[in-house]
Amino acid sequence: MSQYDAIIIGAGHNGLTNAAYLAKAGLNVLVVEKNDYIGGAAVSRELHEGWVYSNCSYVCSMMRQSLHRDLDLSRHGLMLVPYLGTVNFADNGDTLLSYHSEAAAYNELKRISRHDADAMFRIQTDLTRYSQVIRKTLLRTPPDPTSFKPRDIHELLFLAKEFWSLGEKELYEYIRFFTLSAADFLDEYFETDIVKTSMAGAGIIGTALGVYSPGSSYILLHHVMGDVDGSIGAWGLARGGMGAISNAIASALQSYGGEIRTNAPVERILVKDGKASGVALSNGDVLNADIIVSNLDARRTFTQIMEKEDLPPGIYEKAANYKIRGSSGKVNIALSGLPKFNNVPDNPYVNRGGQAFSGSLETMERAYDCWKRGTWSDDPFIEGVIPSAWDPTVAPPGMHWMSNFIQYCPPELADGPWTEEKRDQFGQTVIDKIERYSPGFKDLIVHMEVRTPWEIEQEVGLTEGNIFQGELTIDQLLFNRPFPGYAQYRMPVKNMYMCGSSTHPGGGVSSACGANAAREILMDLRRPNTVPEDDCYDE
Amino acid sequence: MAVNHYDTIVIGAGHNGLVCASYLARNGKRVLVLEAADVCGGLAATHEFHPGFNACVAQYASHLPRRIVEDLKLADYGYQPGRLDLIGLSPGATPLRLSDANLNGAASADLEAYRDYHRLVDKLAQMFQPFWQKTVPPIGNNSLPEILAFAQLGFKIRTLGKEDMQEFFRIIALPMYDLLDEYVSSPLLKAMLSWDGLIGTKQAPRSPNNSVLHLLYRLQGSADVCVNVPGLVNALSGAAEAAGVEIRTGAPVARIQIEATPGQTSDVTQLAATGVVLENGEQITASQVISNADPKTTFLTLAGAEYLDIEFTNRIARYRDRGMVSKLHLALDGLPAFSGVENPDGRLLLAPDVETIEWAYDNAKYGELPEQPVMELMVPSLHNTELAPAGQHVLSANIMYTPFEVRDGGWTETSRAALLESALTVLEAYAPSIRSQVLGAQLLTPQDLENTYRVSGGHWHHGDFALDQLIMMRPTHGAAQYTTPISGLMLCGAGTHPAGDLTGLPGFNAAREALK
Amino acid sequence: MSSFDLAGERPKPSHFQPRLDEFNLHEAWSTWNGYKFAEYYYEVEFEYFCVRNLCGTYDISPMQKYIISGPDAEAMLDRMVTRNVKKMKENRVSYVLWCTNEGRVIDDGTIFRLGPDEFMLTCGSPSTAWLKKSCVGFDDLTIRDRSDDLAGLSLQGPTSCAVLKKMGLAGIENAKPFTIHYFEFGGAKLMVSRTGFSGDLGYELWIDAEHALSLWDAVYAAGKDYGIHPYGEQATNMLRLEAGFIMPGYEFNEALKTVNFQYDQTPYELNLGWMVDLKKPHFNGRNALIQEAQRGPKYTLTRLDIEGNKPADGSFIYNSKKCKTDIGYVTSAMWSPVVKANIALAMIETKYLGGELWAEISYEKELRQYYKVARCSAQDAPFWTPERAKLTPPADV
Repeated sequence: MSQYDAIIIGAGHNGLTNAAYLAKAGLNVLVVEKNDYIGGAAVSRELHEGWVYSNCSYVCSMMRQSLHRDLDLSRHGLMLVPYLGTVNFADNGDTLLSYHSEAAAYNELKRISRHDADAMFRIQTDLTRYSQVIRKTLLRTPPDPTSFKPRDIHELLFLAKEFWSLGEKELYEYIRFFTLSAADFLDEYFETDIVKTSMAGAGIIGTALGVYSPGSSYILLHHVMGDVDGSIGAWGLARGGMGAISNAIASALQSYGGEIRTNAPVERILVKDGKASGVALSNGDVLNADIIVSNLDARRTFTQIMEKEDLPPGIYEKAANYKIRGSSGKVNIALSGLPKFNNVPDNPYVNRGGQAFSGSLETMERAYDCWKRGTWSDDPFIEGVIPSAWDPTVAPPGMHWMSNFIQYCPPELADGPWTEEKRDQFGQTVIDKIERYSPGFKDLIVHMEVRTPWEIEQEVGLTEGNIFQGELTIDQLLFNRPFPGYAQYRMPVKNMYMCGSSTHPGGGVSSACGANAAREILMDLRRPNTVPEDDCYDE
Repeated sequence: MAVNHYDTIVIGAGHNGLVCASYLARNGKRVLVLEAADVCGGLAATHEFHPGFNACVAQYASHLPRRIVEDLKLADYGYQPGRLDLIGLSPGATPLRLSDANLNGAASADLEAYRDYHRLVDKLAQMFQPFWQKTVPPIGNNSLPEILAFAQLGFKIRTLGKEDMQEFFRIIALPMYDLLDEYVSSPLLKAMLSWDGLIGTKQAPRSPNNSVLHLLYRLQGSADVCVNVPGLVNALSGAAEAAGVEIRTGAPVARIQIEATPGQTSDVTQLAATGVVLENGEQITASQVISNADPKTTFLTLAGAEYLDIEFTNRIARYRDRGMVSKLHLALDGLPAFSGVENPDGRLLLAPDVETIEWAYDNAKYGELPEQPVMELMVPSLHNTELAPAGQHVLSANIMYTPFEVRDGGWTETSRAALLESALTVLEAYAPSIRSQVLGAQLLTPQDLENTYRVSGGHWHHGDFALDQLIMMRPTHGAAQYTTPISGLMLCGAGTHPAGDLTGLPGFNAAREALK
Repeated sequence: MSSFDLAGERPKPSHFQPRLDEFNLHEAWSTWNGYKFAEYYYEVEFEYFCVRNLCGTYDISPMQKYIISGPDAEAMLDRMVTRNVKKMKENRVSYVLWCTNEGRVIDDGTIFRLGPDEFMLTCGSPSTAWLKKSCVGFDDLTIRDRSDDLAGLSLQGPTSCAVLKKMGLAGIENAKPFTIHYFEFGGAKLMVSRTGFSGDLGYELWIDAEHALSLWDAVYAAGKDYGIHPYGEQATNMLRLEAGFIMPGYEFNEALKTVNFQYDQTPYELNLGWMVDLKKPHFNGRNALIQEAQRGPKYTLTRLDIEGNKPADGSFIYNSKKCKTDIGYVTSAMWSPVVKANIALAMIETKYLGGELWAEISYEKELRQYYKVARCSAQDAPFWTPERAKLTPPADV
């Protein structure tokens, strides 16, 4: 007799979403979490008194609004607020501001280049078009192209129909988009490096590719296809930090009767007669359940908490070969005031957005070259955001916290593993670079948390600290995610599922992976589906 | 019709032009091939680079389809297939020799892994093989040929079986680095196996999406390899002339004549190619003009943007065809001695590991010269004794990666000397006495190749081997079925499906379309 | 807020801004291409009648103006637009439109032939990127973007010729429609074209930006006795609808900014087939447009005279009073004060054009919402085509 209908391993936002939908459908569910707090990488933590850091993920655009509405997350305390444009800092000291009003944005671009100001209309149109198609796949289970099941054929035809509806010319352009490098893609639109650079950051964030690597234009799309209230490409902050998302989902889960146990690291997924039957916790507790769902990444699930003998042949190797590369660092800083940046007007709208210290395409690519060589660039790409300019709950009044995301940071250095000393050097590199664009910045620093991929892996459990739970390259997208043949959330051991970002549609705080997995589980249990299959847009 | 009127004019006597012309002539067409240079062959033409020493830019033909050899009876005109091993060298390590499926010199774990690897890529290469000899219809217009072609491809993929099919979908976009990491462990073997996915194009071991397909393309053929390129060119031109093709060398085309002609289906006129004008002003008319020149040259220089649509013109202009390979020919006073290699009769790869390849690429992507170039070289005089005086030899090397345009100043005497020096330094590490053997050297940068051979970007393949420039998108949609937006103007060069290397397939496919 | 630096947030001032500010009593501003631009100055209908009855000025400075010159300029433009540029004479203006490769309308505008190798292209939206693309393969030309340094003032209405005469532009009365003339003005070169967007007699005045204010003052000094007044975007929209002119955002989506497949329009759909010169050997989109011409457009933009007086904005068009099958939609609609008719432009499926046309019009009466079904009749000619618009020399009033 099982204690639970389902146990979900890992209280990240996807695990909680999955559990919430199972509980909503009437299942008796338990979420086990190794840390003493929930949220995984969607978390808010008071690491310095008075400052609440979203110390992993920091902004959000992909949260599916139909899930938000369906789980009634607003009632559970979630509010997503779009933030205004980002300032882009170039190597030559110039800045490109992204204004909210179309006229101002146009004039700012025109200051740089008339051509690029015009081309911006074109690229926004194209990105919107491409996003529309791909967004329709987010809340759907990928078809298995090797299968003849009616559902798989139906889904394949759905995909084909959606793509074909683009029309002949755009179909070709779309193929180009999936295969090109971000730099080549942007070259087709823009003349000036600063405008290209302002968009290229989206092509490398979180990935072990460079702006010149084929495939990075898809990463760019993955970052712009999200939206806030239908405005494609917009990014939002969660009031209270990213943990507010996880907390709201957890609250929804609890309202449906679900249970969460923190400080409960899973040692093993127990398999009996080829079926997952429960989990053994590291404190020795054994919990039985009819269904086990792993929200951990594919590598960790199959190589860390499962016995190789419990798996069909080849799965362990697939997991070991799964591309999940640490490439990003994070520096969270508590500030005693709002920093001033060179060549940025004192404008309350602009200062409520982000700061992208991108330099130039070449600077970004050279940072990637460093990563390939197992080191970090002394001129890395930094995406900063100051959420406290918008959110009164994350820093004391008049004080601020700044999130800095750094691309690239290797999971392991060429000359050995990370040490505290090297981590601090890395942090120093980051604030040195910001200081260059914001003289006096360092004097504002009250507290600072530096996170290399190693820290992220240790704390959050993401292998190598990869923020997407696996690279978003064609070999690991759609029906290839995480492995071909296992893209429909069911795993090679019976009664076992995956619901993390290692599954379709991949990384980003979208809750889509968890929701899709719940849909498949309910289908296997022959229960009515309670998971939305589409986003609530009329297009 | 005027006496001087041809059914077809083929611009360029490169191998694809000759193949295309031969098939047309064999089907009763009156065909004229116009070649700018004084000899046939294009990038495969032989030239004397040092008194008594001859070489050609193209080194070998690894996947010339048997069908073309047989159809054109190339054997009757002196064509002889041979064998060509890939020999991987690494300083201080035993060389590895790869001849087709056989690997010599590797550790046993790698041998086993290589067998698995070879089984998979060979199976996939065989699956793709028929599609290189087909015209791939355009997508998105729901035509019958489109549905049939893709249904056939879908069927082919399904017949792989579930597991290989899944593997196909996964590995097709992998970088060589990742693919080989999954199989073998020897750094040298990884470098060797990645090479055929990278050569000649803007791809490094860690670049995703394009290399595996490139590899499958190069693995399509049998084990037969043509190692005597001058012999192949002679056979092709011999076969063409025997079929009745008229070849005029030293006849550069200035432009393609395009005129408004009465339309077929309505009273509005349509543009049609009606002949060519030579650089000397001579006009030659034809019912059909087929260009073996690269897409940029064909459309932007020979035809002209005013006859083309704007987006089409731009797609051609942004077509990525900047070559990254330089060519080094050395005249040697004897056979070069490579450490550990008894007989340098294969392709010698001077790239000890994938990192060295990657770092060379990293230099070139910024327009810098590679600090440590990687090279694939051959001693063609071992396969054709006429190339060098008796007892002496020609060494022919492909140097990767070299930028088309060197940053800050371009290709100058200084930068050329620097590249030559670093190439010789690399060579010396493998063949210590080589410097003393050199009688003469010729370095052809991508820019030299562009100028000498009239090929945009000096790109061997007439354009990068990248998914967005392949199959129904090579060179771009609207011109990927050998026809072009201008009636009567067709393409038959490596800038069309399937792509570059000495395969004759673009010429073969174009001829079939031209006869429709 | 005053301590903040918000300069970048504000729209740019027009070259006529100080004068426009004086007239714009309600601060009714919007923006056009990053410039401050009046919705209206005093009141829409007043401004509309100024133009129909007296004369009015419209600030066309934010319009995009490109000077294209060089030996390849003619060939480049001829390949870009659907009309024949090679046949254009010097000092003539031609209304043109240009299409994508698929034959969908990117934008419309005017080409001024300034000389054998010199042209000015004007249009409503920035076109730098498309022009750059159009120039690939045409090396011997330069493009100078004069959008920011060439001021433009449109003077429209029955008294406009008299005003210009009074201003001292000798011989302006002999200017025929679509011609260009030059005058010396305060040491600067003033270009005047007999063109406009009102369907009435009118001129457009072009001058280097630094002379913009003195030009304004001269025009207004001369126009004082002829009822001159500035008019804004809203009045323009009424004037152009009566004249049957199309507007982006109403009748057509600029193709390069259209997200969905074929949600943009072909010239044939816009009833502008007469502007497509298929006799030209080649121009962009020609192949697609030949097919469209043979097949016939799916929709046709149609002028409608609708019974009753309720403007049919946003209405569906049906083929019967029962409103079962919708066959089109209204793109612009208004009550025409001069014609005293309820007029509209509508996109209607071509195959239904011969039959009955009914519009389902929703309207409000003191907050209550109603709808009615009104009979529509298709009109061949524009609703407003006064004789004086074409007359040379025109009358003074």
